[in-house]
Amino acid sequence: MSSEENVCFSPSRLQEIDVLVKKYPGKRSALLPVLHMAQKDFGYLSMPVQQLVADTLGLRLMVVREVVTFYTMFREKPCGTYLLEVCTNAGCMLNGGNELLAHMTESLGIQVGETTPDGMFTVTEVECAGACAGAPVVQINNAYHEKVDAAYIDAFITKVKGDQL
Amino acid sequence: MISSDPKQVKAICFDRIHIENQTSLNIARKNGAYAFLPTVLKDFDNERIVDEVKKSGLRGRGGAGFPTGLKWSFVPRNTGKPTYLLCNADEGEPGTFKDRDIMRFDPHLLIEGMIMAGFALGVHDAYIYIRGEFLHEANVMDAAIEEAYAANLLGENILGSNFSMNLTVHRGAGAYICGEETALIESLEGRPGRPRFKPPFPAIEGFYRCPTVVNNVETLATIPAILEFGGDWHAAIGVPNNTGMKIFSVSGHVNKPGNYEVPMGTSLKVLIEEYCGGLQHGTVPKVIIPGGSSTPWLVAEHYDTPLTYDAMMKAGSMLGSGAIIVMDETADVIALTRRLAHFYAHESCGQCSPCREGTGWLERVMTRVENGQGCEEDLTVLHDAATHMAGRTICALADGAAAPILSLLKHFPDEVRERLMEKAA
Repeated sequence: MSSEENVCFSPSRLQEIDVLVKKYPGKRSALLPVLHMAQKDFGYLSMPVQQLVADTLGLRLMVVREVVTFYTMFREKPCGTYLLEVCTNAGCMLNGGNELLAHMTESLGIQVGETTPDGMFTVTEVECAGACAGAPVVQINNAYHEKVDAAYIDAFITKVKGDQL
Repeated sequence: MISSDPKQVKAICFDRIHIENQTSLNIARKNGAYAFLPTVLKDFDNERIVDEVKKSGLRGRGGAGFPTGLKWSFVPRNTGKPTYLLCNADEGEPGTFKDRDIMRFDPHLLIEGMIMAGFALGVHDAYIYIRGEFLHEANVMDAAIEEAYAANLLGENILGSNFSMNLTVHRGAGAYICGEETALIESLEGRPGRPRFKPPFPAIEGFYRCPTVVNNVETLATIPAILEFGGDWHAAIGVPNNTGMKIFSVSGHVNKPGNYEVPMGTSLKVLIEEYCGGLQHGTVPKVIIPGGSSTPWLVAEHYDTPLTYDAMMKAGSMLGSGAIIVMDETADVIALTRRLAHFYAHESCGQCSPCREGTGWLERVMTRVENGQGCEEDLTVLHDAATHMAGRTICALADGAAAPILSLLKHFPDEVRERLMEKAA
């Protein structure tokens, strides 16, 4: 995992990156997709992982860091097994997004942006998810859940906790 | 099926959207996808396609409303450089969610539109830049593209013609600004999405400094119908200078939020009452944001405004991407403005000082006002900061940030003062 110093991509991943790079006029274009792959493989983008991405694409580490820190979906710290991202922008706010977020942090006993001590849940507030007809929207590990209410979230949390036992 | 009689057209981009499994190539083809493509590849040329699109009156559906045919005609030919086609599927403007439905329910419509646009512009490599959060939609598009390659609808010598084109889905990673076309290009080149100075416009120097056309998903998805039925057919739908159908994403305090494709020129009131089931509370909206959060607010007196680029401009706002956010009498417009100020401060890319600093000021002062720690002078600060940001930056994000603030001060000064008094007491 990413806490180790010697991180590397799997051979199949490297093959995939080779194919990907050829789809662009310049290999730097592959940076965002490769960072997505790295985040999927290693959980988050630690410094060794960012160095690995830089080395793989022949870019300077600073170039990679500039991109990692610009885009909100790239994480430099680990998050819980379940990342719960609540939209509170206009459409969701008008339909209970703030109340839902408050319910989630209260019932999990954490602040926005924090992870539960058991490492299971991270709750964050995000900008418009682009699904306002389904307000309020919660993304759970990047899958959209629409018209979410407290009962739905409570049931989800109870279920995954049960699965864990 | 889309009617060849412009008066009978019920939908263009959403014509096949309710068909189950339309994402599969076989089913899409049974319902008419790619049926007209061989004719285009055989009988049409660049000039004819650009002419039909010009005649159609189609204006860019991403927000700016720039005539698509004209945009295409700016692309220089025979420069010795490749021409690129980029589909803007970044869909991040708060309130907008129409492109998502086209991509997840009818991906082949977008692919077909891109093949036709690419053929018209002599493109060999095309990309769909999709916002990173739309992972499901990106996967649907990828699967559809794979099927299209296998059926020789993409790749070398498409359907036996001399035309070859590749299409790649590229995910962003959470940055509103990448919906701005030059920021999108920067991002697609593997950089932070910071807008470029224009000129040069992307048509001359875009992706890797080559001629580049950036079109919205809905714009490209309209192309197959325009070529099949003709530019005049499209121009006969809607109203002059505002032709065709348009998808409106309606959210907020309506009973049936959703995407509705209606002829341009339909009134706001008809859309909200007849399509969206009316307001959640009361009969007259308090605020309507007609084109996404960056567009100036409309209020009750504008309820009958026709949904056209021109009428919205006359009413003091913009049609934008067609993202209509409706607020009824229960809405706390101060809290909403504070929330949007936070959004713009979060999303400012930071390269222009008026925007980087100004969006922060707007958020801090609005937070103060919302929490009852504001004072009368704050209204002046808000007004001055907002007016001094707008128009003084590389891109329009600062204008977007200013719009809600100026709208709040224009339409609800008493409500703001009341809040100041109430908390002071």
